[in-house]
Amino acid sequence: MKRNKKTLAVAGAALAAGVSLAAFADPLPPAIDTLVKMGFPAPKEGELVHVPPTMADLEAANIHPKLKAVIRRGHDLFTNTQQLRGKNVFNDMNCSSCHLGEGRMPFSGPVWPAAVTLPNYRGKNGHVNNLEERIAGCFAYSMNGTPPEYGSDDMLALSAYHQWLAKGVPMYPDQPIYGRGFPAPQRPASLSYANGEALYMEKCAICHGKDGSGLYQGGKYVFPPPWGDGSNNWGAGIVRTHTMAGFIKNNMPLGQPLSLSDQEAWDIAYYITQQERPQDPRYKGSVDEVLEKFGPTFHKFSSYGKVREVDGHRLGDHANWGEKGEKIKPWNVGRPRFKDLEVEQ
Amino acid sequence: MTNKKIANGLGLLLGIFLVSGQALAFEGDAKRGRAVAATCTACHQADGSGMNIPGGESWPRLAGLDADYLAKQLHDFKAGRRQNATMAPFAKMLDDQQIADVAAYYSQMPVTPAQGGDVDAELLARGEQLALHGDWDKYIVPCKSCHGPGNQGAGSTFPGIASQHAGYIENQLRAWQADKRSNDPQNLMGAIAKRMSDEDIRAVSAWLASQTVTSKK
Repeated sequence: MKRNKKTLAVAGAALAAGVSLAAFADPLPPAIDTLVKMGFPAPKEGELVHVPPTMADLEAANIHPKLKAVIRRGHDLFTNTQQLRGKNVFNDMNCSSCHLGEGRMPFSGPVWPAAVTLPNYRGKNGHVNNLEERIAGCFAYSMNGTPPEYGSDDMLALSAYHQWLAKGVPMYPDQPIYGRGFPAPQRPASLSYANGEALYMEKCAICHGKDGSGLYQGGKYVFPPPWGDGSNNWGAGIVRTHTMAGFIKNNMPLGQPLSLSDQEAWDIAYYITQQERPQDPRYKGSVDEVLEKFGPTFHKFSSYGKVREVDGHRLGDHANWGEKGEKIKPWNVGRPRFKDLEVEQ
Repeated sequence: MTNKKIANGLGLLLGIFLVSGQALAFEGDAKRGRAVAATCTACHQADGSGMNIPGGESWPRLAGLDADYLAKQLHDFKAGRRQNATMAPFAKMLDDQQIADVAAYYSQMPVTPAQGGDVDAELLARGEQLALHGDWDKYIVPCKSCHGPGNQGAGSTFPGIASQHAGYIENQLRAWQADKRSNDPQNLMGAIAKRMSDEDIRAVSAWLASQTVTSKK
């Protein structure tokens, strides 16, 4: 809870009026002050701190009404991605299920950094990705679906929303970004599946269900499922135990971030990430092949292919694709780029 | 370590047994509940609409609320887990079967309109913001993230709050702020209520009261 007030330098930021990014000494922006008072770390010296504009800021902004409408559409897709169910989305999730606060919240995978750090090399697919390709990845894995086409209206709207949230941030910042991703707490010496299960039932099941299926009520999304057919597939970033631990520690239970100890967050994450979910779209019939190809860059952090101690079940060893079935294959997965481009080492 | 785990596990099992036992042991009968409700109508009205009493203790609309939610509240009033001087004596008059019956009775009534939503447009806009989008800069999550689509309730845990009297919602949020109400699971409501300003409370209560719930079930 110690407040650590330091001057934060933002390199080369030409600040327009109304932009929330600032080279400030003190006080912290109210949104960050709220987090620090709740126990989140204060920004460190030299970190890039950005409070993205809200939808109210959008309405007040002096931009073309048609652009406003497109950004609004992007926000709507982000917070109600279920409207693409059966077309691009084949599970019970919205983007905002994991990116809380409509994608604006630090420590909750805020999405604006993607708009200022991409195009960049991405280890997950081994080439340079732009913002659209990054978003496409979410559809293939986190939404267990297949992405809207590059350049399509929906893709443009989602990209526009991301970029709008990054308003005023310099492109390719050199500084580390405050609250980026889902920072994991210190990994404890050992993780307990049994403790994770007991804690899940005590603290999470009231919303997410004892069976992890979440709550879909009257055909409408209420609470996202942490595992099972309605959840993200085995290729989504949050199947990595540390990512799930970081999400939980910083965001759950809803409204009570940082209320769980590091051990508790990790144990719950360990339990959740050892439950079944739809197959990784990179699977072609062999779990071992997926591990060989994508273990070093991805699955070494997940429980995919591991044998669950409690029942001897080998995780991910199945051909269950969830609601999208066998026929729908995300078109972006495995698609290479710049195959012949020479790279000077 | 192992003993502790087992103890945790047992505690959890016991907890689940008690909660579900309470809800499942007594099947509510709305017809019988109608007779039980005779004592409730003085405040909650024959149609379950309750009454908004600005500056006083508003009586909540019960019509159309989830039966298990209603039953839990009555059990909580009875056991002192939810404290209210007006409700406690009435709840204590009811046995478990009567609680299940009267809860079933009110749950089957159509949702009635609420009062207290007639405030200025600016306050309503703030209320809508909080109910549908929250104010994350203050870490106030949107009401609908737990109270469900249209804030019409989610499962048996999160009650419908759209078309509830503004005075009642205001009083409840203030009670949570002052630690006078704490029968919510895991302090889920209490944690949020404490981040709300007086204006936030008035705004969200008014907006929720201004909502019309057309069809439930």
